[in-house]
Amino acid sequence: MTVREMKESMHLKLLGKETGMDEEVKGGYIGDLLSFVMAHAQSKDAWITVQGHMNSIAVAIMTGVSAIILAQGVVPNLETIEKANEEKISIFTSEKSSFELAYELGKLLE
Amino acid sequence: MKGYYDLHIHTAASPCGDELMSPHNIVNMAKLNGLDIIAITDHQTSCNVQAVQSVGAQNGLLVIPGIEIECIEEFHLIALLPSCEAAHEIEADVRKNMLKVKNKPEVFGHQYCFDDQSEVIDELEDFLLVATCQTAYDITKKVLAMGGVIYPAHIDRASYSIISQLGVLPEKPFFTALEISKTAHLVQYRQQYHEHHIIQSSDAHYLQDINKRRQFIELPEVSIEALFSWFKQLV
Repeated sequence: MTVREMKESMHLKLLGKETGMDEEVKGGYIGDLLSFVMAHAQSKDAWITVQGHMNSIAVAIMTGVSAIILAQGVVPNLETIEKANEEKISIFTSEKSSFELAYELGKLLE
Repeated sequence: MKGYYDLHIHTAASPCGDELMSPHNIVNMAKLNGLDIIAITDHQTSCNVQAVQSVGAQNGLLVIPGIEIECIEEFHLIALLPSCEAAHEIEADVRKNMLKVKNKPEVFGHQYCFDDQSEVIDELEDFLLVATCQTAYDITKKVLAMGGVIYPAHIDRASYSIISQLGVLPEKPFFTALEISKTAHLVQYRQQYHEHHIIQSSDAHYLQDINKRRQFIELPEVSIEALFSWFKQLV
């Protein structure tokens, strides 16, 4: 599944520009403690979190995740969105909880 | 006497620290700025404290061995230790419990260790901007047991600060001191946290950011003993 397909199926709201939409999504990871995410998220995961700030982008670079999905309606500041665009990392927001998002993502990946 | 200080300085061992942050450059800049006491506090490592202390000793600058620890709650603490050996011991404990992630120097910067000639002798592979799996409470207990001083770093910041992570200062562990960043309002923080010493350090990652001769502590003499006993007194 591509990031674009995931966005459509899960009705995610894209923040910023369309960058990295053709990346592949192979799995998912939920986590808000950045160190744990850095240590355990896999490349090509979609990362579901409520941490929407500049450090999240660094974590995405470090882990090679395909996209960041911000749960519970979290919206980062403009600098963070610009940084994500610059690094070609798709960043989305959704009103759903991390659990609901993970449940949907899991079904799509089956 | 007034001891002019900067107790939060990074070397090039921190990935985010400029490569010019070598022992000689740091000591010379601190001397130019008229400081009496500095502390070296890299993220999760004390690999350069010995080198900076030795250069400091040759130049009449007191250098405190320190380490900036990221606890499992993901905020930063400044630990100052009475000796380099004690700092290394705390580092070993922190690193043993740290989540393992390899650094990507091309993205995050190199993590250089220096000798006392400011030559690079090693590069750390484990990424240092990662938490250790120990609580602030346990870390504090260990540092105090080794005769050290420990307090939360840059409490005014929106990330990696005790307030941003926990929302409030917890009752335990009780810290005698709190650090605020360079841009924070010292008088305001002194009023708000009147039970604590307020330390204003630079968190310098670049030479030009090191404190000027402005922030001071009233001490009987410039020594590590005098500094630590000041920290241990309640306000």
